[in-house]
Formats: sequence, C-alpha cells, structure tokens
Amino acid sequence: MKREIPLILTAIVGLTFVVQFFVPHYPMGFLADMFSDWFSIIAAAAIWLGALNLMRVSAEKIYKREKDRFYAGVTIASFFLIVIIGFFFSGGRSFQEPGTRFDWLYINIYTPLMATMFALLAFFVASASYRAFRARNAQATVLLLAAFVVMLGRTPFGDWISNVLFLPEGWGIANLSNIIMNYFNVAGQRAIMIGIALGIVSTSLRIILGIERTYLGGD
Amino acid sequence: MSNGPFGQKLFQALLRIDRRIIFLVIFLALSIPIFLGLRIDITVTQEVRLFYNSVEALSSGSRVLLSFDYDPGSEPELQPMAETGFRHLIKNHIKFIIMGLWPQGPMQANKALTRINEVDEGFLVDNGDTLYFGRDLLVVGPDTIRYGIDFINLGFQAGNELVIQRMGSSIRAAFANDARYGRPIDQFPIMNGLNKLSDFDLVINWSAGYPGTVEWVQFAVDRFHVPCGAGNTAVQAPQVYPYLDTGQLSGLMGGMKGGAEYEQLTGMRAKATMSMVSQTAAHIFVVLFIVIGNLAYFMTRGRKKEGRA
Repeated sequence: MKREIPLILTAIVGLTFVVQFFVPHYPMGFLADMFSDWFSIIAAAAIWLGALNLMRVSAEKIYKREKDRFYAGVTIASFFLIVIIGFFFSGGRSFQEPGTRFDWLYINIYTPLMATMFALLAFFVASASYRAFRARNAQATVLLLAAFVVMLGRTPFGDWISNVLFLPEGWGIANLSNIIMNYFNVAGQRAIMIGIALGIVSTSLRIILGIERTYLGGD
Repeated sequence: MSNGPFGQKLFQALLRIDRRIIFLVIFLALSIPIFLGLRIDITVTQEVRLFYNSVEALSSGSRVLLSFDYDPGSEPELQPMAETGFRHLIKNHIKFIIMGLWPQGPMQANKALTRINEVDEGFLVDNGDTLYFGRDLLVVGPDTIRYGIDFINLGFQAGNELVIQRMGSSIRAAFANDARYGRPIDQFPIMNGLNKLSDFDLVINWSAGYPGTVEWVQFAVDRFHVPCGAGNTAVQAPQVYPYLDTGQLSGLMGGMKGGAEYEQLTGMRAKATMSMVSQTAAHIFVVLFIVIGNLAYFMTRGRKKEGRA
C-alpha cells in the first residue's frame, strides 16, 4: 500500500486539474481549489523540510570533520541568527517591514552577499568569452555575429555607431538587434516552448496513469 | 596582416593573458562611468513603450497587482524598474496590491517604496493620527499614499503557479491576511470588491526566473484573462518574447536597458539611466575581448598548421 496510495492520490489530483481546466464548475472547481490549498500547505512545509535537511547535512559535515566543515558552521550559525532575530526580535508578524532587525540583516548582509555573487558573473563572462567564444565554424560564426549585434544593439552605443557608420534607416545595429530578438529568437523560443510543453504533457500523463513511478523513490 | 616573429609572440601572449587583467579592465569599465556621472541618450523600444502605454491607459483609482518575483541577486536590473513602476503608478493615482511568489519579493517591494519615499523629497510621516500608523503614510514627490487605502502588501505565499491559480477563484483563499499587520485583508478599503484575479485592471510582474512571467502568462493571462505587463532580467527576457508577439504580454522591459527606457518614458531618470554608460562600456569591452581573442586564435592557429606541415 505504500506505493498504491500515492499512485491513486496522484491520479485523482492530476485528473482533477486536467478536467477542471475545461470544466471549471462544481465539483471540479471546488476540488481543484481544495487541492491547490493542500499544495500551498505542503509547499510551506517543504520549505521547513529543506531548511532542516540543510541543518542535518551541515551538522554531519562538522561531526565527521570534513574538509568544508568551516563553511557548514557558517551556514548553521547564519541560519539560527536570522531565524532567531526574525522570530523573536523583529516585531513578530511585521518582521519584514522597514526598520526591523530582520530588515537590517536583509539590507546590510543578505543583499550585498547576493549582489556580490551575481556581480562576479560579469567578470567571469568577460573572461570566458575571451577564451572560449571562437568562430571555429560557420555556425559558431553566425552565433558570434548575432551576439555582437544584440550586445551592441541593446546599448545606446549601437545607435551611436550606426550614426557614425551612416548605416541606412532600418539597418542600424539597434534595429538589427530587434529583428534578431523579435523574429529569430521568437521562432527558436516557440520551438523550445512547444517541445517542452509536449514533453510535459507526455510525462504528466505517464505519472497520472502510474506508468512513471520514479518520483516515488526506491528501486 | 604581418605575422612575423614579434607578431607571433604578441598573439601567443594575448592567448595566455592573465584573466586578472580582464577582470581589471571590466572593473574599470563598469566603475569609472559611475564615478564620473556620465549620461547617454537612450532609444525607446516598442516593447517598453507598450508597457508604458498599458499603465497610462489605466484610469485614476484603478487597481494593479504587483508581483515581486526576484531576490537581491537581480536587484541591479529589476529594482530600478520597480521603483519607476511605483513612481509611475503613484503619479497616475493608481492603487497597487503587492505580493510575491518568491520569499524575498515583498521585501524588495518594501525596499523600493522606502527608497522612493526618501529620494523623492518625501519622508516617512510619523504621527499617530493617520489611519493606521505613522509609517503607513508615504509621501512620494507631490503625492501621498496611504497603506490599506492606496496600497497594501500581501506578502509571500508558497505554492508557485498554484497561488496564481487559487487567486483566480479567490484572492482571500491565497492571502487571508496582509503581511504588515497580519489582519484579514477585508479590513482594508483597497480590497473592497477585489475577490478574484480578473477583478484587477492589470498585473505587473517583476521576474528573475521561476516562478515568474511565464507562469503569470500561462495562468493569469490565458486562464483568467487579466492583462499582464512584465519586467524581466536580460537573461530571461528572450524566453518571454513570444508572449509579446501574441499579445499575451501587454508590454515587456528587458534588463537594465528596459528599465532605462522606462525611466526615459516616464521622465523619471534614475538608477537604470545612470548605469547605462557602465553597461555600454562593459559590452564594448566584452566585444573587443572576443575580437582580440579570435584574432589571436586564428593568427596562431595558422602558424601551428604551417609548423605541422
């Protein structure tokens, strides 16, 4: 029964959502709303599950004296710091409001750390482009040229250089960039979207019908 | 081009260039324009104009849902859009309801509101005579907005796209209480008559990934027929362009450039406009690096082939 009950639940919930998309009336609409509420509760519980799992993995690293145990210690200390301050020293329910201690930590520690992580991308992208972005063949050359046009066309420099080079109206770098984004990019993205959608439909059907069972875990 | 022994050595050296030199050049390209306060003219694209027009088309007193679906990692790109968006809505006397499918989203909204309140010669009014509490009264330029009447923060709700789906039939089922006081949202005048997603005049989504604009289009627009405009990171924007073409998105801002164009249209030049010179300089240097890297690669590759022959 450990496998049968989840399979039956999955089939009922999955079919309900499919049917209520086309027939949103009672009882399908009511059932879909109820399952959506269940999902929100499970998703909220999953956040805690994830946090507790992070603590367990980090504590194990420290206990086993692994190489990265220092970082695991920082993770645990940061977790408890923000949880304790958020729960007990930030005005209760209004803990996210400007001026609270939780807000201070968010603005002065969390935000700069996240910003630093993502800001590093600019440097690594520049370095990686220099080393790896080569016109080795026709396809790579087309990709390279498209990248040049979009990169320059998405900045005011594209307009400036178009004026300097006296490029005719409609053939400026910004216009070419828009053509690439609105036609070539859209065509490619649509193909990817349709492909993904078909894949999701087939995978969902396999899960609803109980053919695909790997999500249950085990052998 | 001459490719003698000196040239050959030069190209070999260019191929082995220390990456720290590249880092330094990018750092200087990004930082010098900021310190010099350089400005640059920006051409407005059609997709940003569409977004601007969709807000302008709203009448005074309309109610807009703002979904903040990003975290501080995407702040440089999305926060300027969010701040200009708030200014634009406040200037046009449009009421707004804040929420987030990302846990950090509502805090980013608070941050943007606090900033425009401070920068636009406003101040946080601190007296006990206002409708709820002093900090519920925001002054932005010549306009004053009141919490619960002109704006409200519903906070974060876990559940990704199913939150949108739930709001389609009942907003109160997804957000029973507001985020600031934990009070039932029915106690706030702004929520009068707002029962489901289709009661909003417009949804604006600031998005950096999943859940984000794709989910808002698939559920809010396609299912519940609410118009939706979006501001995305430059990386994500290409993925949602197909929705623009079909009219599923009523406007789109991509990356910092999109934010700068929006600032230009609203006449409120701020952070995105100021950062455009830095971004332009960085793009130019990346292009130059790629050109130099390819030049050095082909020059040395030809010599290697000759050597092998």
